[in-house]
Amino acid sequence: MKQIKVLGSGCASCKKTMAMIEKIAREKGVPIELKKIEDMQEIIQSGALATPAVLVNGELVHAGGVPGRDKIAGWLNTD
Amino acid sequence: MLNVAPKKPDPVGMSALSRLPERHPLWFLLTAALLWVAIYSSLSGAATALVAALPLEQGSHPAAALRFLFYEAPKVLMLLTAVVLVMGVINTWFTPERTRAMLAGKHEGIGNIMAAMLGIVTPFCSCSAVPLFIGFVQAGVPLGITFSFLIAAPMVNEVALVLLFALLGWKIALLYLVLGLSVAITAGWVIGRLHMEAHLEDWVRDMARVDAQVRAEDMNMADRLNAGFHSVREIVGRVWLYVVVGVAVGAGIHGYVPQDFMADLMGPESSWWSVPAAVLIGVPMYSNAAGMIPIVEALLAKGAALGTVLAFMMSMIALSLPEMVILRKVLKLRLIVVFAGVVASGILLVGYVFNAVL
Repeated sequence: MKQIKVLGSGCASCKKTMAMIEKIAREKGVPIELKKIEDMQEIIQSGALATPAVLVNGELVHAGGVPGRDKIAGWLNTD
Repeated sequence: MLNVAPKKPDPVGMSALSRLPERHPLWFLLTAALLWVAIYSSLSGAATALVAALPLEQGSHPAAALRFLFYEAPKVLMLLTAVVLVMGVINTWFTPERTRAMLAGKHEGIGNIMAAMLGIVTPFCSCSAVPLFIGFVQAGVPLGITFSFLIAAPMVNEVALVLLFALLGWKIALLYLVLGLSVAITAGWVIGRLHMEAHLEDWVRDMARVDAQVRAEDMNMADRLNAGFHSVREIVGRVWLYVVVGVAVGAGIHGYVPQDFMADLMGPESSWWSVPAAVLIGVPMYSNAAGMIPIVEALLAKGAALGTVLAFMMSMIALSLPEMVILRKVLKLRLIVVFAGVVASGILLVGYVFNAVL
């Protein structure tokens, strides 16, 4: 199961990012473990310069702005 | 939205058209630009014709106000869309990671100037202020240069400039650009000279240094154009209502309020305290550039002095209480006070100089 973390201080874009990942995962039928990280130190330790940032299995795959649908779908592809 | 349903046959070739940006991004941009110019230049005539078609007495106040609204609202929205699209494309070359790599290890002075300029073209959202701040400091960007970036990024942004240009003319937009950059450069430089590194929160100072490497992201022109569309949806989608309200306020004033109506508080004849008062009122009011345009327009139309209004505008965007609360997590109180004090003084100076010169 993929572990996906959305990092952000709780602004509108972060919530939207969470909702989109959840929706696309459900549409594709991919089980994920989705977590929201609001702790500033943890956000900074990820190396992201801008939020919302996304970690998939601990790897930083996105930083800054709401990610596009295609990009999210790419993370969920089982390889 | 992506659809999973099988594609229907497409008799008119619409899907070929909708794939143009993806297949031939440069052709798309060229076509769109020509179309844009054609529509933009016919707006004035269209507005006049539209008002003439209404059952209103020509030359009356309602007719003048409506013509202003019909002309200005689409004009500003078209300018905004074009500039946001172009900036969205430009932004893809200036990611925060790359900006950081460019600024790491730069010297004061030239570094402050670069940081303020990069603040215009690097995408920035105030909710990212803290990770960005830390990321810069961690990679060896000097504190003062980081501040120059952090001050310029929200204050000198394309939405503010477009609105000033469209509603108040290019001279005021240019003036705002130059003064905004000057405040950011000078304030950052001053903070750098004060050597306030000791007033970062301890955990920030103790963090390991990182290399400012750039993660290269492969992007072709179609991807960049797509990012431009994305920011148009995002930004224009968010601010269009403010713009229309702003123009409507302007239209109301245009038709009805006499031009020489004087605002007591901010008028040119008012006393020395009008600029500081504007800054003090501006700080707790947090607004983005678009939201305050109606206010600015109303103030100017009522005879407020330009310097006072610009000071009000700058303090509202550059110094916000919520941002300072966020920054408190990484800066000790003293550094926040210095930051606010230096920026506020710069803005005050801008206000006074303006009022004195004009």
